[in-house]
Amino acid sequence: MMRLLQALFLALLLAGPALAAVGDPAEQLPDPVLEERARAIGRELRCMVCQNQSIEDSDADLARDLRRIVREQVAAGRTDAQVLDYLYDRYGDFVLLRPRFTLATALLWGMPVIALLGGGLLILAMRRRAPAAAPAELTEAERARLSRIEGGSDRPIAGGVGGTAANGPKA
Amino acid sequence: MSEATAPDTPNPWRRRALLLAPLVVAGGAGLGFYAMLRGLGTGSYDPRGVPSALIGKAPPDFSLPPLEGADRPGLSAADLHGQGRPVLVNFFASWCVPCVIEHPQMMRLSRAGVPVFGVAYKDKPQDSLGFLQRHGNPYARLGVDLPGRVAIDWGLYGVPETYLIDKSGVIRWRWAGPVTEDTLTQDLEPLLRRYA
Repeated sequence: MMRLLQALFLALLLAGPALAAVGDPAEQLPDPVLEERARAIGRELRCMVCQNQSIEDSDADLARDLRRIVREQVAAGRTDAQVLDYLYDRYGDFVLLRPRFTLATALLWGMPVIALLGGGLLILAMRRRAPAAAPAELTEAERARLSRIEGGSDRPIAGGVGGTAANGPKA
Repeated sequence: MSEATAPDTPNPWRRRALLLAPLVVAGGAGLGFYAMLRGLGTGSYDPRGVPSALIGKAPPDFSLPPLEGADRPGLSAADLHGQGRPVLVNFFASWCVPCVIEHPQMMRLSRAGVPVFGVAYKDKPQDSLGFLQRHGNPYARLGVDLPGRVAIDWGLYGVPETYLIDKSGVIRWRWAGPVTEDTLTQDLEPLLRRYA
């Protein structure tokens, strides 16, 4: 039993996370500077199959193909922008993890600003409403009653005020 | 603050509107979710669906060799226009299960006289050949894309994918996933009529 568990554990270790396959040395460019550039580009590109990973993080077949294309182009001396353009032309906005600002993505990019403005307007509106919630000025009767209380008078409070029902004694 | 001497009595309509606002927002969200769920049910809404970047453009330039033994010519970009009618390009593979599901629809289109061109994507030629022998060969032309590079030029992200190219050689429609009978009657056939 113990041996089986050990074997299982070892198998899990060896299987490793998906990252292991992505770091395949056979895929990498010999020049570390170019390889680093290729990785930076790859982290900007969405894996179209898994959709929530970059092609650098994904184990999908298509992601591997795209990594290879990125490396080929980087090795051929293309600029980062040219490589990104190459994939953008084929896969559109969705392939870029940071989509470009276009008419179609304007709402997406504008949302933080819209949310901030909306929140600001809400705060302003609430501040304007605040004075209405402030306590109203004391009436003459209330003032008199207050001074009596402060003066330490021993007269029964409710009797002398004759105020509104709200001021009456709490039974 | 200086207007405090003239206390503004709260407008009952404003109060009511404020109370209703969350209800309206929740109602709107509910309607949106309902529409999404309905779309999921009928298949008209796919949350993972990605629009093709090639719609309204000409297909990429490419030339693919024929499948040995299939008795069909290969496929290149030049074959996609000048047919006098819209054509379909269908990417498939023998290892792809949804391709088996959609194959009867491809056969049906082919029998109806629609030019259906095939691209065998990342598939060993003998496997593609076996697939066509088992399920029939609907393709008037058939290219072999073993490395899958031409497919990337098309913006393909899985098989099967089907593209509709109109008479003038412009891509009008892309379907990612199997063309089912519903897809055929509700989407593809109306489009074929429109671009005929």
